Amino acid sequence: MASITFDRVTLQYPGAERPSVSDLSLHIDDGEFLVLVGPSGCGKSTTLRMLAGLEQVSEGSILIDDTDVTEKDPKDRDIAMVFQNYALYPHMTVAENMGFALKLAKKPKAEIRERVEEAAELLDLTEFLDRKPKALSGGQRQRVAMGRAIVRSPQVFCMDEPLSNLDAKLRVQTRSHIAGLQRRLGVTTVYVTHDQVEAMTMGDRVAVLDKGELQQVDTPRVLYSRPANVFVAGFVGSPAMNLVETEADAQGRVSLGGIALEGRTVEPGQRVTVGVRPEHLRPAAEDGIEVEVDLVEELGSDAYVYGTADLEGSPLVVARAVGDEIPEKGSRLRLSAEADLLHLFDTDSGLRID
Amino acid sequence: MTTTADSAPVKRRVRTGEGWGSYFSGGVIVLWCLLPFYWMMVVAFRDVSQTFNTTPWPTHLTLDNFVAALNTSGGNNLLRAVGNSLLVSAITTGIAVLLGVTVSYALARLNFKGKGFITGIILAASMFPGVALVTPLFQLFTDAGWIGTYQALIVPNISFALPLTIYTLTAFLHDLPWELEEAARVDGATRGQAFMKVILPLAAPAVFTTAILAFIATWNEYLLASQLSRPNVEPVTVAIARFAGDNPYIQPYAAIMAAGTIVTVPLVIMVLIFQRRIVAGLTAGGVKS
Ligand SMILES: Nc1ncnc2c1ncn2[C@@H]1O[C@H](COP(=O)(O)OP(=O)(O)OP(=O)(O)O)[C@@H](O)[C@H]1O
Ligand SMILES: [Mg+2]
Repeated sequence: MASITFDRVTLQYPGAERPSVSDLSLHIDDGEFLVLVGPSGCGKSTTLRMLAGLEQVSEGSILIDDTDVTEKDPKDRDIAMVFQNYALYPHMTVAENMGFALKLAKKPKAEIRERVEEAAELLDLTEFLDRKPKALSGGQRQRVAMGRAIVRSPQVFCMDEPLSNLDAKLRVQTRSHIAGLQRRLGVTTVYVTHDQVEAMTMGDRVAVLDKGELQQVDTPRVLYSRPANVFVAGFVGSPAMNLVETEADAQGRVSLGGIALEGRTVEPGQRVTVGVRPEHLRPAAEDGIEVEVDLVEELGSDAYVYGTADLEGSPLVVARAVGDEIPEKGSRLRLSAEADLLHLFDTDSGLRID
Repeated sequence: MTTTADSAPVKRRVRTGEGWGSYFSGGVIVLWCLLPFYWMMVVAFRDVSQTFNTTPWPTHLTLDNFVAALNTSGGNNLLRAVGNSLLVSAITTGIAVLLGVTVSYALARLNFKGKGFITGIILAASMFPGVALVTPLFQLFTDAGWIGTYQALIVPNISFALPLTIYTLTAFLHDLPWELEEAARVDGATRGQAFMKVILPLAAPAVFTTAILAFIATWNEYLLASQLSRPNVEPVTVAIARFAGDNPYIQPYAAIMAAGTIVTVPLVIMVLIFQRRIVAGLTAGGVKS
């Protein structure tokens, strides 16, 4: 068991013009499930690989418990990693794959067999132990990769998009399976994904990265209800939050389509961004934002309305339609939201204003 | 990489639609390649008086030519030459593959200054005509007292074999999924262990292929050996070329053909033994799992 600390970690690949991860400070508690999420190329894998020791940190240090591991070899860090395409050893059987680390650690054969069988049972792999990876399905391979990690009872699990090669249904199943397994084993886990649903459902806390910089790290609930900046606001939630740029009036008050944001005054004339989640928009009789419907997306349980708002710059907005009142394409409707549920950001810095 | 020997009982699917065309063209290629070899054998097994008989199938069968080829009374010693060739080729292959594997690992895996330059040099070395080396090497080895020693054959042969091994192995190693090495390192392996236990086993088909190619190339090398060796260390190529019959004015063609047959046998046996591996190596990388 171990806690992890990234202390002002920067990594710039040789020849790259800017750092892939810059000035990352992050503390992960013992036994925590932390999800790293962000758009493609934001430095998630790089962060994970630095933790595993596969990339050399340019500046800063990484601590596991209170030991500085920045300069340690991967083999001395006691970290198990699940790779995106599993990286199973093709010339070894499932059992050999799972027992490889123990064999390298010169554990007695009987113990290796016992621990492999135990893990195989946990993952429902017992009948495949003598097969080579190429004779397995994608989902089975994924479980072998998980098995290879848990057999070792390491200090830390690192997982780099372990579900991205599975089909949608299996992904949902495996998602809860992994989360449950982690809770049971209590091993500190860093999990990388670009899928924010995965991030929100699995993580104790979620760290959002963009362009190599940590944007916010908090529980899924806080990320959703109090995003620290415009990027997090737009990234977390699906469909994404509606973000509308506007300007404060002469008294420094902000309002959006007649909804006044009480109690949040800014500089007079300041450019601000107001955010509202699609699920918080409600049809309104008067007031609110007037929207012309461009598209209606029916998902069975929900329907989402995509439209153009009659606001400065005619921004596009998305709203969740409630009940059976699904508007027609081309129709006009008024949408409103409770002022408490609106988010306010400074447009220049992107930071949240409370 | 799905080519290493595997116990999974997967039956080869019988191809149907390709029919006689492929058999025909395959047959033509096989004939084209094997005809000279076939004729060598026919003459080798045919009575000396019938050497120039052009009957296409074996006639006048006899083993006399083999007896003559192996006879040492006339100053020939074919078996010793076979032994020399085996020794020189085996050592050359061993060293070339060993060096080749390490160099190609570096070229395929590591990023270091001057990598392109080194690759270029290796390519240039393989383009250098061997005949241009004969004179300088002869002088060099005369000064060093190496003429007529095994190392005089082994050292130049290694440098001929190396570009070939390095090129094939680099191409192959480059295509291996290096995540496997990383996985091994995270699993607790040193770089060395990761290479030995994961990368090398996967590269085995390619290593076998290059070993065979290097072995054949060395076995067949004639030009340098003809200048740098002396009878006690000469390889088969030189021995056959110098083959002397009873009558110095008549080339003992039949005995030479018999000698050629004897010399080819070790190669054929080796190739047959490793054939599975070779074919796997030649096609590896085409199929990725
Ligand atoms: N070996 C490398 N050399 C130079 N730049 C690299 C290297 N590896 C990654 N990068 C760059 O570093 C940045 C972060 O890459 P990283 O692989 O961490 O992204 P990611 O967040 O994992 O993205 P994805 O979701 O697509 O996997 C990218 O801009 C990428 O181009
Ligand atoms: Mg990645």
